[in-house]
Amino acid sequence: MKLSPKWKQRIAFSVLGLASVVVIVPVIVIFSILIEKGLPAINWEFLTAMPRMGMRAGGIFPAIAGTMYLVLGTIVVALPLGVLAAVYLVEYARQNWMTRMIEVAIVNLAGVPSVVYGLFGLGLFVIFLKFGSSILAGSLTLSIMVLPVIITASKEALSSVPQSFREASLALGVSKWQTIRCIVLPNALPGILTGTILGVSRAAGETAPILFTVAAFYLPRLPKSVFDQCMALPYHLYVLSTQVPNVNPKIQYGTALVLVALVFILNFLAIVVRAHIRGKKQW
Amino acid sequence: MSMIEVKDLNLYYGDFQALIDVNVNIDRRKITALIGPSGCGKSTLLRTLNRMNDLIDGVRITGSVIIDGEDIYREKTDLIRLRKKVGMVFQRPNPFPLSIYDNIAYGSRIHGIRQRGELDRIVETALSRVHLWEDFKDRLDRFALNLSLEQQQRLCIARLIAVTPEVVLMDEPCSALDPVATANIEELMYELKKDYTIVIVTHNMQQAARVSDRTGFMLLGRLIEYGDTGSVFTSPRDKKTEEYITGRYG
Ligand SMILES: Nc1ncnc2c1ncn2[C@@H]1O[C@H](COP(=O)(O)OP(=O)(O)OP(=O)(O)O)[C@@H](O)[C@H]1O
Ligand SMILES: [Mg+2]
Repeated sequence: MKLSPKWKQRIAFSVLGLASVVVIVPVIVIFSILIEKGLPAINWEFLTAMPRMGMRAGGIFPAIAGTMYLVLGTIVVALPLGVLAAVYLVEYARQNWMTRMIEVAIVNLAGVPSVVYGLFGLGLFVIFLKFGSSILAGSLTLSIMVLPVIITASKEALSSVPQSFREASLALGVSKWQTIRCIVLPNALPGILTGTILGVSRAAGETAPILFTVAAFYLPRLPKSVFDQCMALPYHLYVLSTQVPNVNPKIQYGTALVLVALVFILNFLAIVVRAHIRGKKQW
Repeated sequence: MSMIEVKDLNLYYGDFQALIDVNVNIDRRKITALIGPSGCGKSTLLRTLNRMNDLIDGVRITGSVIIDGEDIYREKTDLIRLRKKVGMVFQRPNPFPLSIYDNIAYGSRIHGIRQRGELDRIVETALSRVHLWEDFKDRLDRFALNLSLEQQQRLCIARLIAVTPEVVLMDEPCSALDPVATANIEELMYELKKDYTIVIVTHNMQQAARVSDRTGFMLLGRLIEYGDTGSVFTSPRDKKTEEYITGRYG
């Protein structure tokens, strides 16, 4: 039997449609389970109180705050570093074996498993540099992990600024660095921020890199400085699920829901920023 | 004395020689046009005059370009000072994605002028010079990329004038414009020549004939003929110039 082109097309469309449904299904299932089982746990106390009774009751506030601190610390370290590296690579570096090495390194860095970053952070920041298990060590570890994402996004954003803007500025007797600062960077900023937020939001959900470098098992108070340990949502979730007997599953699901919501909010922010540039960009 | 003296200039993009033994004297407060077929090196020659070719990897230059008695290809040339003095207008209007005001004030701000009053004055002078002031004096916060192409090109010229150059290089400044806009920009060039030395690259021979005082004809990296526009167009000395002017190559 020979199929008519019309039928072939129908079948192809169905297969393609099916594939995209397969992608959406897990997202829907995860969200509905989390919301169904976790939402009952969520109330004001859950979000703002310290845990009590060996984490079986009370809230998860220190874990939320800890994750926020880590996100902030990671941005503070990785954003400037990533942007400066990208500026160097796009605006200054000539194509030679050095820059090719750097680019290979960036690609490979992106592929390193997160537990390896954790061990690396333990060795370098916690032990060798004597930061101890601390927000500082954790943020630095996460920073190294998201650096490839930020550099890659920033490079793309910088390259997409039209060459004609650079030429116009240079032809006015403006130095190269001033041109980068006043024209190139402001125009690349939305793209850079989108990439940064996406990278950091992924890092916010990782357990392995913070496991040895910052995360506290149970610490019902807020950290006082960057040299303190803190709790963090992903690790807290892991602890609740595997290390503490007799936890009401509601609390576990509630914690997972908060973590996913946080990542979701960050991603949403990135989408908003990107939509904003799309609207404004006219060259 | 000429404003610009180009002596034995050779330029190589890697192995490819784009300019061959170019010698030319460009007069102060005159309009000099460079014409020639596509790829003959007009843009390249123009860009050697404010060292914009430095931006391209693998460019090698021999010979000298003397502007106001100074060889700009000496080691210690201050590129910033050079480009303030020798500014450039590009083929496609390229205003920054900023307001009209910020476009004009950009250069002055970077060169250290901060006072609002003084910036206002600079903006007004520059915009008046290109006849945009009357239309936009109440709308200086308009986004520059929303202007018409002609207005954008005028804005680019004003942005350049605001940093008080002496030489204005124009690389096919009208090729993105319609005939009416082109005529307007040509008229503007004519007004500007009182105060500026203008070098213009153009594909359009009528344009060269209309606006310029001196014309250079280039072919395959060489400056074949250079002289008063009238005589280049009416009685060219070189046969190739004549062939080009009478339209035998594109
Ligand atoms: N960056 C570059 N690298 C290598 N070759 C180049 C480069 N820029 C220009 N060329 C070559 O140098 C020659 C002169 O180019 P140029 O742009 O100066 O020509 P032009 O006369 O301005 O042409 P057009 O009228 O098309 O603008 C051309 O053959 C071109 O291919
Ligand atoms: Mg050209």
